[in-house]
Amino acid sequence: MSSWPAETKYISHSTARIDAPAKVTGRARYSSDIQAEGWLYGMILRSKWPAAKILSVNLDPARQIPGVKAAVVARDGAFNIRYYGEEIAAVAGTSKQVCLDALRAIEVQAQVRHEFVVNENEARQPDAAQVWPGAPNAPATPRVLENGSVDQAFPECEAIIEGFYTTPVQLHNPMETHGNTVSWTDEGVTAWASTQGISSVRDGLAGALRIHHSQVRVITEYMGGGFGAKFGAGAEGVLAAKLSRAAKAPVRLMLTRFDQALAVGNRPSSFQKIKLGALADGTLHAFDAENYGTAGIGGGADAGGGGGGADIPMPYLYPVPNTRVKQSAVAVNAGSARAFRAPGNPPASFGMESAMDDLAVKLGLDPLDFRLKNDPGKIRQREYQLGAKKFGWKEKYQQPGRSPGVVKTGIGCAGAAWPAGGASPFTQGEATVNPDGSIEFRLGVQDIGTGTRTVIAVVAAEMLGLKPEQITVRVGDTNFPPGPGSGGSTTCPSISPTVFNICSKVLQQLQTQSGLADARGLNWFAACKKLGVSPLVVHGQWEPGLSADRAGGVQFAEVEVDTETGLVTVKKILGVHDCGLIINQLTLESQINGGIIMGLGYALYEERIMDDLSGVVLNPNFETYKMPGIADVPDIEVVLINMPERGVIGIGEPATVPTAGAIANAVANAIGVRVFSLPITPAKILAALGKVPPFVKA
Amino acid sequence: MNNSEPENLGAHSRRTFLKSLGTVAATAATAQVKSVAAELEKANAEKIIGPEAVPVTLKVNGEKLKLLIEPRVTLLDALRNYSSLTGAKEGCDRATCGACTVLLGDTPIYACQKLAIEAQGIEITTVEGLAKNQRLSKVQQAFLDRDALQCGYCTPGFVMSVTALLKKNPHPNAADVKHACAGNLCRCGTHPRILQAALQAAGVELVSKSEIVDYV
Repeated sequence: MSSWPAETKYISHSTARIDAPAKVTGRARYSSDIQAEGWLYGMILRSKWPAAKILSVNLDPARQIPGVKAAVVARDGAFNIRYYGEEIAAVAGTSKQVCLDALRAIEVQAQVRHEFVVNENEARQPDAAQVWPGAPNAPATPRVLENGSVDQAFPECEAIIEGFYTTPVQLHNPMETHGNTVSWTDEGVTAWASTQGISSVRDGLAGALRIHHSQVRVITEYMGGGFGAKFGAGAEGVLAAKLSRAAKAPVRLMLTRFDQALAVGNRPSSFQKIKLGALADGTLHAFDAENYGTAGIGGGADAGGGGGGADIPMPYLYPVPNTRVKQSAVAVNAGSARAFRAPGNPPASFGMESAMDDLAVKLGLDPLDFRLKNDPGKIRQREYQLGAKKFGWKEKYQQPGRSPGVVKTGIGCAGAAWPAGGASPFTQGEATVNPDGSIEFRLGVQDIGTGTRTVIAVVAAEMLGLKPEQITVRVGDTNFPPGPGSGGSTTCPSISPTVFNICSKVLQQLQTQSGLADARGLNWFAACKKLGVSPLVVHGQWEPGLSADRAGGVQFAEVEVDTETGLVTVKKILGVHDCGLIINQLTLESQINGGIIMGLGYALYEERIMDDLSGVVLNPNFETYKMPGIADVPDIEVVLINMPERGVIGIGEPATVPTAGAIANAVANAIGVRVFSLPITPAKILAALGKVPPFVKA
Repeated sequence: MNNSEPENLGAHSRRTFLKSLGTVAATAATAQVKSVAAELEKANAEKIIGPEAVPVTLKVNGEKLKLLIEPRVTLLDALRNYSSLTGAKEGCDRATCGACTVLLGDTPIYACQKLAIEAQGIEITTVEGLAKNQRLSKVQQAFLDRDALQCGYCTPGFVMSVTALLKKNPHPNAADVKHACAGNLCRCGTHPRILQAALQAAGVELVSKSEIVDYV
């Protein structure tokens, strides 16, 4: 079986992102920058009702506006609206302004349903409104998983805690909204898509437009972030194609920031009732939990493997011998959830890691020691020990609430697992080696900002004895051999072995054709020259033994809490993560930083807020949906656990999982009481301290 | 409000508002009520441009950009959709994300909040205008060296904000950088690297805090 070289020049070192020059100069063309010949602007008319039946849509007044080139309905005939923001129609015109005028001109006849529900807890009531006529009324029967004998086990426990830990709906909010430029001519469809999966867009468009896969080409040279929300063609992609067909011109249809909050995914909420007990020696013994959350109109269940469901892995990292877990998803009149960076794991980590700290406190144990006793993860054990030393845990830890003064400090930690990951074994790619020694790699994968292009260049340079800047990398085109969707921390473990395989074949063939024993490095150009006039084209695929699945990590947080204002300031985060064989240290660290910062937003700021009366998202923009800014970002330190023997793994998901739990535990350690609900806002801090009454919804 | 009588809306129109202003001014002056109102109306009539497309000339990155656009077109829209300058990005179109940051003179502004017609006559610099003769600017090079970008969509905005800061203050500290970048958002979480890049561009020596530790 193949193995990675032991001595490396580029792998496990730092190479600057090869597309950085294009990105820092504005030369990089993102999907929203595409200006296809004769392109039109596209826009979507969305429902202003959370529940309605659309009877008819009159597009004629819109079509009569000068500059409007096409208008299409989202669905033919009468149809149900299930949430505020669902698509009704779309227009294409010569300018954004023309489209805005056209949207206002469309006449919609609807039967408005005044009964709807956007709140999970209200939706669970027996008399709750139906999400749409015919929708299952009562909440689904909980899915129950039971091990051991929970009811017998609790009386055997030395200490038991109970808590109701809740997490909000979180919005992905990539900086570039969802959208495409689509050109549909008699030859077929070309879509420049802002996507994490070009193949999924191709398949989705072909299916929705009833044309062959071979008639659809999807191109994603640069895209502005996805975090799980950008797979498939989407309603906006299909509408752009239909508009293009009708207008006989390419249509660029990017969502507005408002649209983004309504219709293209989110992380489901969670409401976790947890009862956790341990024996006198500190061993976890019994776990009884009930969790529900909403995935919007969808009632999907599974989230552990990458979907957008509301179920979460419980009791997460800890194999409690007696467990009972009941879970159910609650449908509400809001946009569906989608996969969101480590689906299910950040809420699971927050709930369980909070419960772990609460139980440790009750047992009089240091929460870190309590974890070391109960976490079976060997790598995490090592990470906790390394991290504790670097962080100064033993020196800094004090009993909850012991910090003196008005501004209190506290520390906390939490662990993460990303049980999925691994590679897509179907990944393929090809390389063209030219007689002048230039070489180009083509893979049908996309670079969503994780440094995929650079990974390809680094692996190829290492294998061929060249420099990364000598490697031309082309990605983001379904005309190239198929690559994986960029999700689930699978991209790097999919493409690295594929490039390895291509390079092995390149060297083999080059050596055979040139007669040189070793075509690498100094011999490269001589070997290529012997190709004569015909370039060498080599096809390769993923091969086993060079990558692994599963990844974990632990994080430590230090916070300051102002007990008069309730303001939490995160001072420091230390992340210790298993990284397998590190491919490119520079971009790897960037991803870990990013995961931590996104987790910080989840801990302290982010929450989609719905209006019960209108069904609208009340904070569909950046002034009211708060995300971390540069001034909120603490001192971040990262320790990369190098395990080349494991091969290549992904890091995108595990890096964001434990942050909120670690911060929540640090806050509880600082103020001596638990804030059970994310985001930990100043109001919730003050309520937990008894300084203001808790917020009760009218 | 009764929508069937749109004339009633005139009670709040700009024209009648100006008329009432005229009345107040004239009353204060105790004379010439009608002529002041007429004067204002005339001046106002002369300033109305649009709603149809009008010629607009922008000075962008040292070159003249002549466009025929409606007066309601923003500077961002003009750059991105009426020329090929797509470096400035649209992230929110409402002055909250900073992806559209450009320099108006030396001042960083949100291009989505400026009408193109208002931006005439002042030198506009976009991210495309920073590199000279294929050489990256100091700030661009620092972003590359420090990996101060991931998906890169917010990057042009941050690069412009940091560029503007260094023009005003060549020796900023970390707090200055954070202040200068307070109006820019990044969802990939590249902030620590942006801070490092800005400080590197300002000539500050930096020490990396991360480390690789072998498992065994």
